[in-house]
Amino acid sequence: MINKITESIEAALRGVTDGATVLIGGFGTAGIPEELVEGLIATSVRDLTIVTNNAGNGDTGLAALLKARRVERLICSFPRSADSYIFADLYRRGKIKLELVPQGNLAERIRAAGAGIGAFFTPTGYGTLLAEGKETREINGRRYVLEYPIHGDLALIKAERGDRWGNLVYRKAARNFGPVMATAARMTVATVYEVAALGEIDPEMVVTPGIFVNHVVRIPRKATRAGEFKAVA
Amino acid sequence: MSNTIRTLTGFERRSKDDVARLVARDIDDGAFVNLGIGQPTLVANFIPEGKEIVLHSENGILGMGPAPAAGDEDYDLINAGKQPVTLLDGGAFFHHADSFAMMRGGHIDICVLGAYEVALNGDLANWSTGAPDTIPAVGGAMDLAIGAKQTWVMMDLFTREGRSKLVPQCTYPITGLGCVKRIYSDLCVITLGGKLPVASDLVGGLTLGILSEILGTKLAAARTLSFEALS
Repeated sequence: MINKITESIEAALRGVTDGATVLIGGFGTAGIPEELVEGLIATSVRDLTIVTNNAGNGDTGLAALLKARRVERLICSFPRSADSYIFADLYRRGKIKLELVPQGNLAERIRAAGAGIGAFFTPTGYGTLLAEGKETREINGRRYVLEYPIHGDLALIKAERGDRWGNLVYRKAARNFGPVMATAARMTVATVYEVAALGEIDPEMVVTPGIFVNHVVRIPRKATRAGEFKAVA
Repeated sequence: MSNTIRTLTGFERRSKDDVARLVARDIDDGAFVNLGIGQPTLVANFIPEGKEIVLHSENGILGMGPAPAAGDEDYDLINAGKQPVTLLDGGAFFHHADSFAMMRGGHIDICVLGAYEVALNGDLANWSTGAPDTIPAVGGAMDLAIGAKQTWVMMDLFTREGRSKLVPQCTYPITGLGCVKRIYSDLCVITLGGKLPVASDLVGGLTLGILSEILGTKLAAARTLSFEALS
């Protein structure tokens, strides 16, 4: 019998090792798997490469993971927010490596990893600092940059509802990176607010089919919360 | 430089709301539009009645509506600037790779972005000032700039110091090459891509000759040079 419902985050994250590449879903206040990031902090793994859109806020979640100096490298599109001060401080002191990636390249490189694509040419970033040193090619009169996939050892995502086969549905714009990240990691762990019986989720509505998911952990529902995301120069 | 400042003070600059009205006027009914963070978000307030325009947000929303009433905020439903928004009937959610496929695959009709500088050849600089102590951040700017069918810029035409932001060559780091089609500014609208930049919608008292002189570039006249009353 297949049963991906896992009783605890601790149990789901057993087996994560030092040096792992961890894809973490979320954009702004939506879809950040806070409980899973806290679970990652509770393990002793270090030298992590974290792949995510923003660089953590305040002192909790990803910011706490950074503060605990467990992250060697961040691959990210927008690490600058008013309260991303922990990342800013580490970065300015040279204590963390940053690979800045245009957001569409971030999503597509993760998608490529999940789809078994070896590399792809994209026009995004051509002629900019973020494409320096990268292979380029002109195809049908348009200029492109070669970009490589981003594979994860682990993906941490937040969904709304799941079943024991690992099928997931999301809520509103909290979906963001979740479905692509789920495809691109050797192990995907999702939190859900509701566990559905098999067959209860309308198959037409399944967003992430269970094949991409290893563990589903139910967490208590929380109200959505505001964050301080005003960008600073 | 001080001459330039004196020259500029002779005209009444268009308000940011009026610039947003001009942009909204020029967006076709039925268009799929992405409004960048900052000044471009104002455009949503001025879509003329009778035009149905579908707003795209990079974090996976089509059919984005206005901000919710106080107390109705849902932080699972936010825009690219992380502010709470609403969803219109007919709207849809989708994941990030699909959302950026809409930009990168040329499905978005118009994106409206802010800018530090635009070059005469359409190069855009809007993601970094290159200042050494800032944290670099790019977000979706590079994808939007080159992916949308048309990239429009909203910006003041001159810096506070009186330096033109329409330049022969960008001095700030590039976001995208040759991508800007139009500039909506506090003094006029400039359309790029032809032999010469085409100026239109000049504020009262401003002439093509003066504009050409203060910008330091030859300009072609559009059919309509006056700022028409906007309803």
